Amino acid sequence: MSDMTQAAEAAIDTQSQEYLVFSLGSEEYAVDILKVQEIRGYENVTRIANAPEFIKGVTNLRGVIVPIVDLRIKFNLDKIEYEGQTVVIVVNVADRVVGIVVDGVSDVMTLSSDQIKPAPEFGETLSADYLSGLGSLEDRMLVIVDIEKLLTSEEMALVEQQAQ
Amino acid sequence: MDITEFYETFFEEAEELLGDMERHLLELDLDEPDPEQLNAIFRAAHSIKGGAGTFGFSVLQETTHMLENLLDYARQGELILRTDIVDLFLETKDMLHDQLNAYRNGAEPDPEVYTRICQTLKQLALDELGHGVGSEPEADIAPPEQTSDEAESPASGNTVGEDALEGQAHDTQAADANADADADTGWLHVVLLNVSDKDRELLVEELGNLGAVQEQHGDAARYEVVLESASSRSDIEAVMCFIVEPEQLDISAIAAPTETTQAEAAAASTVAQDDAPTPEAPAPAEQAKAPAEKAPAQAATDEKPANAAPGKKGGGAKKKAGGESATIRVPVEKVDQIINLVGELIITQSMLDQTASELDVDAHGPLVNGMNLLQRNARDLQESVMSIRMVPMDYVFSRFPRLVRDLTGKLGKDIELVTEGQSTELDKSLTERIIDPLTHLVRNSLDHGIEMPDVREAAGKPRTGQLTLSAQHQGGNILIEVKDDGGGLSRDKILAKAAHNGLTVSDSMSDSEVWQLIFAAGFSTADQVSDVSGRGVGMDVVKRNIQAMGGHVEIQSWPGKGTTTRVVLPLTLAILDGMSVKSGSEIFILPLSAVFESLQPSNNDIYSMAGNDKLLKVRDEYLPLIALHDILHIDGAEQDPTQCIAVILQAEGRRYALLVDDLVGQQQVVVKNLETNYRKVPAISAATILGDGSVALILDVADVNRLHRQRATPHKHAELTASRQEDVVS
Repeated sequence: MSDMTQAAEAAIDTQSQEYLVFSLGSEEYAVDILKVQEIRGYENVTRIANAPEFIKGVTNLRGVIVPIVDLRIKFNLDKIEYEGQTVVIVVNVADRVVGIVVDGVSDVMTLSSDQIKPAPEFGETLSADYLSGLGSLEDRMLVIVDIEKLLTSEEMALVEQQAQ
Repeated sequence: MDITEFYETFFEEAEELLGDMERHLLELDLDEPDPEQLNAIFRAAHSIKGGAGTFGFSVLQETTHMLENLLDYARQGELILRTDIVDLFLETKDMLHDQLNAYRNGAEPDPEVYTRICQTLKQLALDELGHGVGSEPEADIAPPEQTSDEAESPASGNTVGEDALEGQAHDTQAADANADADADTGWLHVVLLNVSDKDRELLVEELGNLGAVQEQHGDAARYEVVLESASSRSDIEAVMCFIVEPEQLDISAIAAPTETTQAEAAAASTVAQDDAPTPEAPAPAEQAKAPAEKAPAQAATDEKPANAAPGKKGGGAKKKAGGESATIRVPVEKVDQIINLVGELIITQSMLDQTASELDVDAHGPLVNGMNLLQRNARDLQESVMSIRMVPMDYVFSRFPRLVRDLTGKLGKDIELVTEGQSTELDKSLTERIIDPLTHLVRNSLDHGIEMPDVREAAGKPRTGQLTLSAQHQGGNILIEVKDDGGGLSRDKILAKAAHNGLTVSDSMSDSEVWQLIFAAGFSTADQVSDVSGRGVGMDVVKRNIQAMGGHVEIQSWPGKGTTTRVVLPLTLAILDGMSVKSGSEIFILPLSAVFESLQPSNNDIYSMAGNDKLLKVRDEYLPLIALHDILHIDGAEQDPTQCIAVILQAEGRRYALLVDDLVGQQQVVVKNLETNYRKVPAISAATILGDGSVALILDVADVNRLHRQRATPHKHAELTASRQEDVVS
């Protein structure tokens, strides 16, 4: 299934695409920059009771109530600190606005389709379903996340699922 | 220019006009109709007709046209209105509404219904105007009048069109007149110009209905008919105009051979009178049949009259354009957007205010002054913007006179509807949602509440029952009452029914508890089911709907005196009067409408039950004590209840005490949906943004209790007998 998706995407994206690269711990991740609305500091998050741990709460983004997800918790990273570098990438997926907490945003990169390798089947933490592939850039490896699929997935508990 | 763009505007306007029409019809005092009201009804029909014509909704146009004609007679005093006529007008109005909806959905209206209503209207014209006009002998057949008519008629399609029904009326009258050998019978020379054979046949047939065709000859270009008829020239012209253009007609009076001598006329009269009894007997039956037969012919020529009224169309459009419009139509989304933006402005303003308040007033005097001004302006702006969404309750109440009228007729009761506080304003979205529950309550009162006139008389009450609908503001809420002076609820019957339904009841229940039983699901007693109520939504749905709007409903009833149902609703869903409370380091908002009081509990008033369950005794009442920090897992909250504040809340008819660390303040908050970007959170109804820009969650008071009950063991009050002195600190 994921192979087919990638094949299809590869066919469409023969041209290069821009990605926003961010870091979680020592790992580097990338998301389609067209999904990114803005980047802002981590502040003033109101906790939501009885929500999964990785949902930090909600914040006020110019009058809109936006849930904040900490991908570091979701991806089981060791060190979770909220400091000056900690930023929130506000993404717009499936008509929803969601903020994701990351350790830092490094740069915007253009990746051509031949630089994107298919993602291997991962473990339980991050299913390959949510990955668009792996970007290889000299000695760096970028995990390209299909942020829309990830955030609307049932395990993120952000969206009310149809079945419920 | 794509005319379809304006469809929606027309539909909305037409709907409003129909609403006006209904209101005026219902308000009409039949003994002494207010000419202004009759005019208003006429104008509404006229405007709809004009619009329908412009947009090519021919069925709608035709129906309104007929109604308009009748209304025109009514306003000129020729048609004396009676209850059944008003009923018919109301029915026509409903039909127009259906037609409008059909066009709105891109469909053609049901032709059968159309034909039926047209027939009914025509029949009315026949019955009423036939007699009405017949009693005054043909004044308008007199030669001078005719000439003036002749000069006027071709120019105004208006008059011709409107006279159509009168023509129909004369139709029957003509038959009567012939039977009676009416002295007014005249000879008319009708010339048809450029009329196709098919249409000519129809016309001649029509003329035959109007009188006796004495002679006919000619070809398609010019066809001459000599007619002996009691109908006036303009009447005939009006009838013909359903088929041909006025220009194609030329009607003139000619000297009738029978009128040469008085003796002959008298003789003819005698002969006719002799003949009269025989045809008169079957006449009524024929009369009834006649319009039915004519209807298809009318329907077939529908398009023609549509063409015949271009002058009118223009008039209608002009009237619309020229009329002063005191309102503008704006999509609700636009209003909501403004409300949101103003909400933002308020928040930004309070953030600025907080920053400015830290500054030295002496050094920054102008800034502080400016901030104060900004605050005032921002609040005023918010109030005005919120008022855009507010509509008077009249919007809701105005549909009940019709319901009451229809139902009283059906039930054979005599009921007067009184409405109070129509100008009380309520959020538009709420008014729309309150209509269904209120309709149900009104139906209940009409059907089950108010007794039959004889029963009322026997009970020493006036025969006419009274149903009162009232609305008034009460703090941040609106109180809507449905009050009847009927027999009241039967306590025994409800208890028996409740027991039968398996609800736990006891005879010692207070009245208000008993009345609440009828809100239980499935509590529709079989013997109460009637045509009027007993189907549709039950009282449980009424209650649920009202609760979903953040309101509540309660019943008061006195045997033999009547029942009052009180519905309390918040004025708007966009703004909430809230009490902010603190637990740990978190701030939550409680809807003020749910808060009864707050107090600091003392150890003496806290009882434990079945282990972890705690009860708080407040004025001889034991309330479940729920700690907010338990429900929402808040760290760092005060654990000792006596150091906490207990807020007494009521939701879904249950009271409980919520333990919070502190009360922070009371403020109006702008309600923000959590589900826009997130999902429904248990115990939370929505979110809001505080003055410092942070988000605070608004607690769902009922859901907190539900969540607590899911965790707690079932309560039993029986063991608690200890009575201690009240120690309430507010």
